[in-house]
Amino acid sequence: MPATKTAYAPPAWLQALPFAGVFALFFVVPLLFVVMVSFWDYNDYSIIPSFTTRSYVETFEGCYDQLPELCTILKTYLSTVKFCLIVWAITLVIGFTIAYFLAFHVQSVTMQMTLALVCTIPFWTSNVIRMISWVPLLGRNGLVNSALMNAGLINQPIEWLLFSQFSVVLAFVHLFTFFMVIPIFNSMARIDKRLLEAAYDAGASGWQTLWNVVIPLAKPGIVIGSIFVVTIVMGDFITVGVMGGQQIASAGKIIETRLNALQFPPAAANAVILLAITLLIITALNRFVDIRKEL
Amino acid sequence: MREGRPASFYWLAAFFGLFVLFLYGPMIAIFVLSFQGPTGGMTFPMNGVSLHWFGKLWSGGGIVDIKSAFWRSLQLGLMVMLITMVFSVLAGLAFRKRFKGQNLLFYVTIASLIVPSIVTSLGIALQFRLFDEAVKAYAPGFIAESYTTAMGIFTSGLGAHLTWALPFGLLIMFAIFNRFDGRLEEAARDLGATPWQTFRHVILPVILPSLIGVGLFGFTLSWDEIARSSQAIGEKNTLPLELQALTSTVTTPEIYALGTVTTGVSFLVIGLALAAILSLRARQARRGSDAGKGMV
Repeated sequence: MPATKTAYAPPAWLQALPFAGVFALFFVVPLLFVVMVSFWDYNDYSIIPSFTTRSYVETFEGCYDQLPELCTILKTYLSTVKFCLIVWAITLVIGFTIAYFLAFHVQSVTMQMTLALVCTIPFWTSNVIRMISWVPLLGRNGLVNSALMNAGLINQPIEWLLFSQFSVVLAFVHLFTFFMVIPIFNSMARIDKRLLEAAYDAGASGWQTLWNVVIPLAKPGIVIGSIFVVTIVMGDFITVGVMGGQQIASAGKIIETRLNALQFPPAAANAVILLAITLLIITALNRFVDIRKEL
Repeated sequence: MREGRPASFYWLAAFFGLFVLFLYGPMIAIFVLSFQGPTGGMTFPMNGVSLHWFGKLWSGGGIVDIKSAFWRSLQLGLMVMLITMVFSVLAGLAFRKRFKGQNLLFYVTIASLIVPSIVTSLGIALQFRLFDEAVKAYAPGFIAESYTTAMGIFTSGLGAHLTWALPFGLLIMFAIFNRFDGRLEEAARDLGATPWQTFRHVILPVILPSLIGVGLFGFTLSWDEIARSSQAIGEKNTLPLELQALTSTVTTPEIYALGTVTTGVSFLVIGLALAAILSLRARQARRGSDAGKGMV
């Protein structure tokens, strides 16, 4: 009987085929091309399909000779990783706190959902718009500067509020804390509240409960959120460009600059390097939790 | 739990309030500023109130062709929405059973979220570039002569957007099917329904509200996408790309007006989707059960 029941059902692989096809055609093959082209040669007009490590060698040109001084590429990567860590730390603290409040202090589920939705809505607005929305606040004649001047706290506008490292970090936090809040909230919502009561009854202080019960159980959400934030910040060139006034270098910007000069092999080589570093960070994070199991 | 609200509640509530202010404050600022008078600038105070900058936007005064970029983005977004819904449902159904390469497909899908967008975008650009060169070199003369490029909004651009929207679609489908009561299907099968009838009359009506959510996600992910579009879209830009280009050149509230308009479209789409979801839910509640109706 079971055999006839499923007789007319299309096989699973056929159902998955269109989906898999998109990723084969627009993700797997393109990635292979990136790796391949990163080993090709090029001149001013075109890319030349002959094997060479020129793009990699040129990328790290002079890095060895300049030691212990850091060469441009290493400085850029160091600055990208620095941004990444700062943004990660801030979004983690804010995201965790918000998620904690929603999951454990807001009692009704409807209210939880409503407040979570409130945090989510800005995500539906274009990132560029959310970036430029800081201009009227942080600019030379912006609200913050005028307010401080009127209050007599400063004599002239603070320049580093906009188009600076500060504004880049601020924009990242503004744009991507969402990616921390939702997964962490999701993990926390699954925690059995009786565990907290048990900890309380056993005499644990608030911090002890937080550290020994909540954080370990919320770990999957923390890791998933962290992976999102890390990959976005590592590869970003738009936020850094717009909010840094096109003055701050980043790994993504190197690729973009190379592309604008139509130098595809060096762009591909830098993409491979960026990918390798990102995957290294993800693997490190993934050691703490099995993503597949958590979904 | 403990009696009353602990002090920490008020601290956390205040923190939450500040966070919401931080999220919305700047956006409200540009929303207000987009209604500047004709002589107004990009900062407060307001210099009169008018629709001047919206008018300027609509007439295309001076800056790039916003109107066609708008339509391109809208068409692409709707296309991504439709494909995401169809492909995600199919893949979601497939993942409920076992098939060869299941784990590989899952990890590739997740990898698409994790690989930095600029790398994916560059890969698609290279792929189409190499394809174009191959066509020009090897295709028969009558094709090669007039051929320019296969890159475009609905080829490379669509593909790039799908690699971003589909993973979210699949993850949402996992969540949907996790909650799905398999007994409904069994009942349908026992009553002699074919797989297609089971899908059409049992599964689809149940998952439809969530499926609209998938479509909504697909649309907005495409509508706001920049990083993947940046290299893979070809000659004609989408609206977010135009907007990004404008940030360094336009110094009038016109750009705020554009921001207000695109935000408005996002909210309109969310509103429509929510309305559809709610009406479907109501319909399910109305027609979902025949308890108490009797046979008479």
